[in-house]
Amino acid sequence: MSAFILRRLLQSLFVVFVMTLLVFFGVNVIGNPVYVFASPDCNQACVNGIIRSLGLDRPVWEQYVYFMNGAVRGQLGNSFTFGVPAMQLILERLPATLELAFASLVLAILVGLPLGMWAGMRPDALSSRAIMTVSTLGFSVPTFWIGLILILFFSVHLGWLPAVGRGDTVSVLGIEVSFLTLDGLSHLIMPAFTLALFNTSLVIRLARAGMREVLYADFVKFARSKGLSPSRILFVHVLKNIMIPIVTVMGMEFGGTVAFAVVTESIFSWPGAGKMLIDAIEVLDRPLIVAYLMLVVVMFVVINLVVDILYSLLDPRIRFSGAAR
Amino acid sequence: MRSLLGWTVAIAMAVGAPALAQAQSVLTIGVRSEASSMDPHWTQLSGDKQVEQHIFERLVDLDHNSQPIPGLATAWRNTDPQTWVIELRRNVRWHDGEAFDADDVIFSLDRLAAGVAGAPASPAFALAKGGKKWTKVDSHIVRITTDGPYPHMAEDLAFVGMIPEHKARGVTASVDFNNGRATVGTGPYRFVEYRPGDRIVLERFDGYWGTKPEWDRVVFRPITQDASRLAALLNGDVDIIDYPPTPDIPRLRSDRRVGISEIASDRLIQIQFGYRDIEPFVFDKNGQPLAINPFRDVRVRKALSLAINREAIKDRIMGGSSIPTRNIVPPGFFGFNDTLRADPFDADQARRLLQQAGFGDGFKVTLHGPNNRYINDQPIVEAIAQMWTRIGIQTDVVTMPRNVFFTDVIRGDPSTVPGVDIPKFSVWLTGWGTVAGEATYTVTGLLESYNAATGTGNGNWGRYSNPRIDVLAFRARQELDPQVRLRFLQEATKIGMDDYALIPLHFQVNQWAHRANLKHQPRVNERTMAYDVSRVR
Repeated sequence: MSAFILRRLLQSLFVVFVMTLLVFFGVNVIGNPVYVFASPDCNQACVNGIIRSLGLDRPVWEQYVYFMNGAVRGQLGNSFTFGVPAMQLILERLPATLELAFASLVLAILVGLPLGMWAGMRPDALSSRAIMTVSTLGFSVPTFWIGLILILFFSVHLGWLPAVGRGDTVSVLGIEVSFLTLDGLSHLIMPAFTLALFNTSLVIRLARAGMREVLYADFVKFARSKGLSPSRILFVHVLKNIMIPIVTVMGMEFGGTVAFAVVTESIFSWPGAGKMLIDAIEVLDRPLIVAYLMLVVVMFVVINLVVDILYSLLDPRIRFSGAAR
Repeated sequence: MRSLLGWTVAIAMAVGAPALAQAQSVLTIGVRSEASSMDPHWTQLSGDKQVEQHIFERLVDLDHNSQPIPGLATAWRNTDPQTWVIELRRNVRWHDGEAFDADDVIFSLDRLAAGVAGAPASPAFALAKGGKKWTKVDSHIVRITTDGPYPHMAEDLAFVGMIPEHKARGVTASVDFNNGRATVGTGPYRFVEYRPGDRIVLERFDGYWGTKPEWDRVVFRPITQDASRLAALLNGDVDIIDYPPTPDIPRLRSDRRVGISEIASDRLIQIQFGYRDIEPFVFDKNGQPLAINPFRDVRVRKALSLAINREAIKDRIMGGSSIPTRNIVPPGFFGFNDTLRADPFDADQARRLLQQAGFGDGFKVTLHGPNNRYINDQPIVEAIAQMWTRIGIQTDVVTMPRNVFFTDVIRGDPSTVPGVDIPKFSVWLTGWGTVAGEATYTVTGLLESYNAATGTGNGNWGRYSNPRIDVLAFRARQELDPQVRLRFLQEATKIGMDDYALIPLHFQVNQWAHRANLKHQPRVNERTMAYDVSRVR
């Protein structure tokens, strides 16, 4: 068992290492941030000064060695734009992104689950067909379009909701959250809904498929014959069983939701890490881009590692076959 | 995305959106670019400067036309050609009540000149030019000497924010300005809060020496997306926005809830040529590299200029908001040459000129350009390619994001070595902003020969070179008599334009959209200042 975990751990480290190479050199071959910062009458001496101050006068491999040197000690370099450690900037903005991602996940389950269950119970009803059509749209309509339409309808036309930004926040355990204030909620609802749309459609489909399967399972028939009330069968026994795949998939989708938040945050000017990434790309703030990407890489690698280890605990065949997932 | 918004805004307006809320004494400004720092010596970025300048003032200020006016200095004059005496304003107080004097000026200049640790692009070059050295004469007089006669002292000083010695000595650059520790200036507004990605809040400084500020509070909110920024204005989240999307302008003009303010920008949109013997993106009709560079023939350059229909670009692409030109600085700037008129569209003459130059059969080129730097840059490049193709020069288009484009155009050629930048492209669209409000920068930057050591020709990426212009530009830089200098600059501009060193297309127009109950006096240099906005009474 420990040999398996060790092997997976080494593999993960190797993946992270390869990703540092890809990310660092990938980001460094694109463009040049110097001319973003230089004003038009910045002469050659001034340009050289900028190059030096950004550390770009060194060869790329030397920059990489320098970067790795800091990275193993958890320092991913200073942002070009802000001059402070890139990781610190990301961690400052991450709560806003996580709040948005959590809110969208909760919304996806609150909306998607009842609709999906309904569609699974009455597969031929007109309402169910409508739900399934809407879920197809949810998969295929681009996020930025939905976001803009929401802004135009609810903010510009009706004037009910603020168009952009994050509202008032309160501090909970040292983390600023906005969903506990009315102003914060009014700012949160539209971006959260936009971000939730894809996952809502996913939950609808999973719930519907689950219902179709579980409703005909033996234990449901048995429960019926035993005389349990229909609502108890549905909300206790059936619900428990269809939730297993939904929870698994939603857990895995969470990483993707944080990544998708980039577009949503940018449209709603949500001050999260995703919007910062877009701004960083705009000015080629390389350390900030690299740090963000490395954070995402590490996040995914850790999730996979944990999943692998859990699977191997649950299923001995995996750890003995060696050919893990 | 933009045209979509246009449609939907139209619908929203037809249905009748709710009236915009009444203005209070809070002014909320929606800006495209977020300020990255409150440290006035941190960058040269316009998005940073416009916020900082509410807090920190310069010795010399710029008026709406970017012409120098007294700021913290009341007067500046030459005692001899190499010495400037700067008189400081008296009875100026910092936001914490301390008095402003010459020690603060010396401290600010020293700090910037010594280099600001970690700053990506400090404006220190403005101090280095001319070999400036400064000393305090008394509490309200500072003397600055230069290596030779140096007429541009005022323009350079307009770059340098004054910071308080008693607050800013020994603080961490940028960080202590963003958290407010050292963010104490003499300007009309004082610092309250900086929440990255979200907002920057300023409040009125009651002890300000100048005109009493109109607003109790000023809030800057970064909204990068054009469509979202406009939506935020229409629903009343913000009071004024910069860069309203051009496709929506005609509709906004007819909306009585919204006002548009505009002014000619100092940003010249132009086509530049590569002047090497052989250009990598010029081919014959079969796609083989051409053995000579047709752009070295002035008739070809003129033909390409005459083939461009600037009025069509203005009407069809720019929403009517551009000023076709043959000048390199906008009207009202020192050095503007009134005798130069934009080239008319004349495809027949263009074809004749090509024939005379021996290119009657045409050739093939690739026109490069950025796609997210200037207003409608990509559509302009595409339109020009079609216009050139129509006179027989088959033109391909390649556009790219600005952070890739500018490296390649300046030093993208593999034979670039440190100190000698060689461009990758052969003909490209670019822009040039005359930040200093004065044509010396532009003549030197765009028309004078490239010289990495002296810094001339730093925007002349194609390496145009004309000894007559070089002499005039050199003399203009040394000339203290404004009338003589003006003549040099206008003559240099005329020579360059007659020679088609580059093809000027138009000046952009800076636009803002604001609530109809506000009044905004726009600035040539694109900055949005709270003290330019007032309520209509």
